[in-house]
Amino acid sequence: MESIGGGLALRKLSVNVLGLGVLGVITLGVSAIGFSALGLNTAQAAEVNVYSARQQELIKPLLDKFTAETGVKVNLITGKPDELLTRIRQEGRNSPADVLLSTDVGRLYRAKELSLLQPIESAQLTSKIPAQYRDPANLWFGLTMRARPILYVPSKVQPQELSTLENLADAKWRGRICIRSSDNVYNQSMVAGLIASLGADATAIWASDFAKNFAQPPKGGDRDQIKAAASGVCDIAIANTYYLAAMLEDPKDKAAAGAVKVFWPNQQDRGAHVNISGAAVLKHAPNKSQAQQLMEYMVSPQAQQWYAEVNHEYPVVAGVETSALLQSFGTFKADTASLDKLGALNQQALMLMDKAGWK
Amino acid sequence: MMMKKRQSLLWLALPLLLLLPMAVVFASWLTPDWQIWQHLAQTVLGTYVLNSLLLAAGTGFFSLLLGGSLAFLVARYQFSGRNWLSWALVLPLAMPAYIVAYSYAGLLDAAGPLQTQLRELTGWRYQDYWFPQIRSLFGAILILSLVLYPYVYLLARQAFSQQNPAWREAARSLASTGYVWKVALPLARPALLGGTALVMMEAFADYGTVAYFGVPVLTTGIFRVWFGMGDVAAAAQLSAVLCSLAILLVALELWNRRQLRYFDKSAGQRRLPRQQLAGWRNIAASAFALSILSLGFLVPAVALLVWSLEDPALWFQLDFAALLANSVGLATLSALIIVAAALVLVYGLRRKISTTLQLLIRGSGFGYAIPGTVIAIGVLWPFSQVDAQLDLWAEQFFGIRTGLILTGTIAALVFAYLVRFIAVAMQPLEAAFNQIPPSMDQAARSLGCNRWQLLWRVHRPLLAGPVWIALLLVFVDVLKELPATLLLRPFNFDTLAVRTFELASDEQLAAAAVPALTIVLAGLLPLIWLNRAAEGSSHAGH
Repeated sequence: MESIGGGLALRKLSVNVLGLGVLGVITLGVSAIGFSALGLNTAQAAEVNVYSARQQELIKPLLDKFTAETGVKVNLITGKPDELLTRIRQEGRNSPADVLLSTDVGRLYRAKELSLLQPIESAQLTSKIPAQYRDPANLWFGLTMRARPILYVPSKVQPQELSTLENLADAKWRGRICIRSSDNVYNQSMVAGLIASLGADATAIWASDFAKNFAQPPKGGDRDQIKAAASGVCDIAIANTYYLAAMLEDPKDKAAAGAVKVFWPNQQDRGAHVNISGAAVLKHAPNKSQAQQLMEYMVSPQAQQWYAEVNHEYPVVAGVETSALLQSFGTFKADTASLDKLGALNQQALMLMDKAGWK
Repeated sequence: MMMKKRQSLLWLALPLLLLLPMAVVFASWLTPDWQIWQHLAQTVLGTYVLNSLLLAAGTGFFSLLLGGSLAFLVARYQFSGRNWLSWALVLPLAMPAYIVAYSYAGLLDAAGPLQTQLRELTGWRYQDYWFPQIRSLFGAILILSLVLYPYVYLLARQAFSQQNPAWREAARSLASTGYVWKVALPLARPALLGGTALVMMEAFADYGTVAYFGVPVLTTGIFRVWFGMGDVAAAAQLSAVLCSLAILLVALELWNRRQLRYFDKSAGQRRLPRQQLAGWRNIAASAFALSILSLGFLVPAVALLVWSLEDPALWFQLDFAALLANSVGLATLSALIIVAAALVLVYGLRRKISTTLQLLIRGSGFGYAIPGTVIAIGVLWPFSQVDAQLDLWAEQFFGIRTGLILTGTIAALVFAYLVRFIAVAMQPLEAAFNQIPPSMDQAARSLGCNRWQLLWRVHRPLLAGPVWIALLLVFVDVLKELPATLLLRPFNFDTLAVRTFELASDEQLAAAAVPALTIVLAGLLPLIWLNRAAEGSSHAGH
């Protein structure tokens, strides 16, 4: 008898499940229509749609300030840069995207090559951003600079032993270097920068010698390379400065970050490798004037200051102070000549690293 | 006749819809870029394929071992802590695998607390001693096994606890000592292998763990080609290769058990009472279950909690209410839709309408072996095409632009989940359906039941348990789903998984711990509740 009772209860549950399923499908349909209707209605209010490769935490506060000052509402989608580009391409002329925020120049170049961008003629942008940090045709604009120096453990490496990135391919560094996988765009840009100045053949030889000097197969992120150096796995780590700065502010990682020092390579020639984060307005942008307004806000002193303080990136606008931590890393000459070539050379850099056995 | 045709149409339309994104992926092969393929073949392709196979096989093996043995223990024995371990053993599933990988790397790396302590105690330097490398292919296999074994565990527990006590009595009376190997395991085989197939597909599609551990596999290759070379087509082609490997594996399994059928005609009748363990056996059983739970869940969760508490302000920076509402709402809605669709498909399989249909339905489950991002592109393409056509048409005839109606909505997102997770819902349902002998259907039909009554009065009560398990699995999977959510979500719509990923990708592990642990908390109550419902219904006949 009991089993019949159990069966009845179950039957009720299953009815609920089925009912909920049907309800779910209906809700889904209605909400899909509702969402799009909402989208059509709110199009009149002043707003701007941002597709951002910079993660929410490092952009939302700035966008909120923009909204507070201008009254323009900002809608945000964050994601990986190439995924955002794919989405924009698929959405085609219906794409709601106004502004694309990228964390590296290669993706801005790619967006330009795919004809996804439109030029912005703004005296504010062109006067504030030096020419080497923006597209000649004003299709994209750099906002901050990110540097990738050599980090060394002072007890094991004397700074006078260091000179250039090329020098790290020397056999005396065998088993002493930590660097992350060549999957990462920072390394791809760095090698693209080398191809731009040394040529492909010389860079290929450099890459295979350099890969022989790794202390371990590449793994982990930039912070992990610094930690590995601090714990004795290697004597030299390559990482972006804002990771080092963030570690120095993190109670957990402070000690490891304190164990390495910054060396700026290639100061006698082209300068240290840098990349830039930037912004562009998309071709089918429905809110072009608000988009331009947002771009101009991004180069205002307070916005540039915010980037410098919160994420320890170097401002592109002259006269804006960097954070105290960044200042402690010293000033340096940056390799800005190759910036516009990084995007075009990225694929070549990748294939070259494949052949060099740089995992 | 009309009736039958209309029904078949439903069973044809649903798999075709589900196969559409995969068709987009395979269609990339229409325009192959041989130059890139030549480069890949000469340099890294062999390593990618070999590592992917090793990863899937290794993870499948260990998950089967862990999940199968734990399921047998929990289903058949009573031991200290069994009642709470029964649901707690599912917990590792609630944490994104890559987060577990991050926390283990943080603990076991050269810079981690363990090795640092070791060096301080002994005075050794880094190269003076041997320590297992967690960031390696084997490390990835271990981590993935520890978080994925619950798939096998849940399916097998259901199967073991439903086995007829008469089998054991028969084995005993024959003085057979091989009851477990000769009776229990073969009977649970569809469930065990079904769970293992899920684990292997998940391992094939994993990106976060292997990328962080620096293990080159097909998925890391896909993103390398896409992001590094800007070549979406080549990335899709690599995904097709990955999917083909998964299809091959499952085909092999199906071929292997081609003639075998395991039916339990007494299903739904009396259940095997759990055997009380005593003495050292009791302790050993508890210790085994607890240690797996610790490795898969407690250790990484506690490590994350401790790291996040070093800066307690991290806990007050999140917009918890919105993130929770988005995550849980999306997971609930998707779980209901996906399990409903899976029921339809599995029922279609049982009815054996035609071989083509069977193949189509089977094929629609392979979305699980393709990385979520690639599925997302497969969804994006048809949706945006429909939008573009509607927009053009509306402009031509009415002079208005309709813009994006489907793309960038929750509907697109849920559809992507449907394609990706239908296999997760189908496995437990199919395993359960397979245990219902056709003779039971025939008996019901001969007693005058029509098809619907058969479904309603005979199958439904028998499927209640597996339905709860399917809901549980899909709910937890959607809760932690990242790649498709990231690519397809609407404006200003974030989930806990998205926030976890963003912070982790910026290498802020302590900050990422907060949303990661919230995912676990959000999954905890539904998990306990659904697990109780599943266990309750498998013992309903008591």
